[in-house]
Amino acid sequence: MGSTSINRRDVMKRAAATSLLAVPAVGALSSCASGGGDENKAEKGEKSKKNPLGVKSDAGLAVVVFNGGYGDKYAQFVTDMYKKRYPDSDAGQKSTTKIATQVQPKIVRGNPTADVINNSGADQMNPGKLVSNKQVADLTELLDAPSWDDPSVKVRDILEPAVEASGNFGGPGTFQAGISLTVYGTFYSKKLLEEGLDSAYPKTWDEMLAVCKKAKAKGIHGWSYPGGHPRYMFFSIYTMFAQRGGRDITTAMDYLEPGAWKNDAVKDVFEAWEELVAKKYVLTGFDGTEAHTEMQTAWTKGGKCVFVPNGSWVENEAKDTTPKDFGMSFGPSPSLDSGDKMPFGTINAPAGEFYVVPEKAQNRQGGLEWLRAMYSKEAALNNFKELSALPVVKGAIDGQKLPHGVASVQAAIKAAGENVVIAKHMDWYNELFREDFNNMIAKFMLGQIGTKQAMDIMEKAGARILKDPDVVKVKKS
Amino acid sequence: MNEAGRSGVKTDTRVDDSPPPKKAPDPTGRPKSPNGLLFLLAVLLPPRFTPESVRYDRRYRTLDKYRFIIGFLGLPLAFYALFVISPFVQAIYYSFTDWSGGPVANFIGFDNFTKMWNDERFWDSLEMSIALAVIAPVVTLMLGMFFAYMITSGGRHRKGQAIAGVAGSSFYKVVYFFPQVLSVAIIAVVWGRVLNTNSGLINGGLDKVGIDGPAWLGGDRTLALIAVLVVLCWSFVGFYVVLFSAAMGAIPKDIYEAALLDGAGRGRTFFSVTLPLIWDTVRTGWIYMGIQALDSFAIVLVMVPEHVLKVTPVFLYERFRDGQYGYATSIGVVLLVLSMAFSLIVMRIGNRDRIEY
Repeated sequence: MGSTSINRRDVMKRAAATSLLAVPAVGALSSCASGGGDENKAEKGEKSKKNPLGVKSDAGLAVVVFNGGYGDKYAQFVTDMYKKRYPDSDAGQKSTTKIATQVQPKIVRGNPTADVINNSGADQMNPGKLVSNKQVADLTELLDAPSWDDPSVKVRDILEPAVEASGNFGGPGTFQAGISLTVYGTFYSKKLLEEGLDSAYPKTWDEMLAVCKKAKAKGIHGWSYPGGHPRYMFFSIYTMFAQRGGRDITTAMDYLEPGAWKNDAVKDVFEAWEELVAKKYVLTGFDGTEAHTEMQTAWTKGGKCVFVPNGSWVENEAKDTTPKDFGMSFGPSPSLDSGDKMPFGTINAPAGEFYVVPEKAQNRQGGLEWLRAMYSKEAALNNFKELSALPVVKGAIDGQKLPHGVASVQAAIKAAGENVVIAKHMDWYNELFREDFNNMIAKFMLGQIGTKQAMDIMEKAGARILKDPDVVKVKKS
Repeated sequence: MNEAGRSGVKTDTRVDDSPPPKKAPDPTGRPKSPNGLLFLLAVLLPPRFTPESVRYDRRYRTLDKYRFIIGFLGLPLAFYALFVISPFVQAIYYSFTDWSGGPVANFIGFDNFTKMWNDERFWDSLEMSIALAVIAPVVTLMLGMFFAYMITSGGRHRKGQAIAGVAGSSFYKVVYFFPQVLSVAIIAVVWGRVLNTNSGLINGGLDKVGIDGPAWLGGDRTLALIAVLVVLCWSFVGFYVVLFSAAMGAIPKDIYEAALLDGAGRGRTFFSVTLPLIWDTVRTGWIYMGIQALDSFAIVLVMVPEHVLKVTPVFLYERFRDGQYGYATSIGVVLLVLSMAFSLIVMRIGNRDRIEY
């Protein structure tokens, strides 16, 4: 998936915004047309221990899968699992690249033909809008149900907390089910750090500066980043905001609250980075549109820098230039000092590749059941093999032979436990990250602006988006 | 109709043809009174079926002329209206709405324009666009004229010729035109590589002579502006070389001979003879290049990272990408107005009496 996962995400978000405003108007029309109270005619069966969601075993099930980079084979695996358990269900799967075009009109009319939908790709439906229009089901019922593999454990408990967090839209409830994890943060070569520099991974900012100093003495830069896409820096900086200021800060950022970017926590973090930049520990000059590839090559093949901001896709993306003994590793961002509110080891790991169940799906329970099957160990392991994406089911790939980077990411996820923060504003208000943070951090990393301007620019940008009538806001409740 | 069929077997449209003149058609004394309906009918029917009262009307000649013209232009005009005029009109309409791509577009008055007025990002991008629109045409046109002059009349005087191009001028003409053949996207990608800070051709060359090249596209807006200007000029200058060579080639040689006899050198010949005589072409080129530079969308989008420099069309594109179609079209409308204003200004500045030769 590599860097494309970022780009694809951006594209999706934007394209999705497009299809959104269509919804309210059509909704108004259909509310006239369909008239009063059509009682939920969804198919329901008897709840039992074997069938905790009450699936009607002979009700048909329609799965719609986005046929993109991930293909649809991994989903067919789950559909087959469902069919095996409900042989009379006639479960069928369709794949398309045009999710919104295919399924949204029927959802808007309150008569969805699909029971579970992989809402992804450039033509995806805007999830925030689906939620505020109450068109997709709250998955809490699924999360509280016993898991597929072990009836004594709830689905919620076998999943990484990121699933619930990523499916949340301000209020209570979980409305989309992510099936893979992306971990954003700092990556480094274990070999270079431990053998070349004779250091351990820095857990505090002072240690970080010390490692950079040591590296500089050897003619290596402590850090680098793709200058053409400076927003990568966010991946290493963001968890430091969270660590310094706690979840209050990250929530304030997500909801564009005044002062979200102008407070002591943000200031401390920017000041720390300002020092690192001022000491010339950062290798710059990767300026083109292929900046990330150039930077990754200089990092893996050239050994010119120690740490880079990146995402869990990098191991796969940079595999052609990575030496065998490189020892690619993930590292959480260092703590500033003991005044931090969240511990070292906090990670930014959102779930992705979402599925939704339409609220009025004819076989709503079947849709939920299909997701329950998706969250089985068997399916999660299959996903990992098919998609080489990190599974959201805990322990699904334990005992597998993992590449060095994946293994270190897995270890970090385990170590983080509940300390997972997710930058929801990256999805909700993409231009804040993609444009404003990007433009600001470009200047910051070159030392052209300092902490104060950085905070001012971001605070102003947040206020601008909050005021912008063209941007759909997610309300905190 | 019968009358027409009989007398005008040739069904000619000429009115003067066979005149059973004004007396016949109307005994009541009013010489011509075909009503509007008949005229309308005459437009729609083939000439053969033109009602007699219309055919012998004086106004028929005008009608016939325009019908003839419409016959040729109707279809193209319909296409023009459908694919050019109507999108413009629609864009202007949508610029007053909050359209986000769906079936709903609420009319919101001037909200988009006030939002634009208060949007710093818009002004930043406009600053760059206007800088390009002002500088790029001047540089490109001057270069184009210089090269064209060299090609047509910059060389040594050969025997029996008042003017001649520099040696190998026909070869240069082809070479200059090369960039014009390349797609803009390719030009932008190639130049992006050439300007690359660490591995680009330019900085690589500077490195060889011991100079640490700047980060052209790495964050300094002025450097990036220079880079974009260079690429714009490079890619368009060939077109103007060809355009101006053609215009210069059309100037009669005897004017040059006269200037030569009067002892004019190359510079004097250029400013006193060539430039005034190709002025119309220069002005057209100026407007064209100005609009190209005001746009310069593809080059900037592909070549320059978004955080370094943005022109207004790129800013527009990003709003479009965000699904803010109403806002994006209002930016488009402003760009349209700017382009028109630019053209008008240049037309005014360059207005001189045309020299006939």
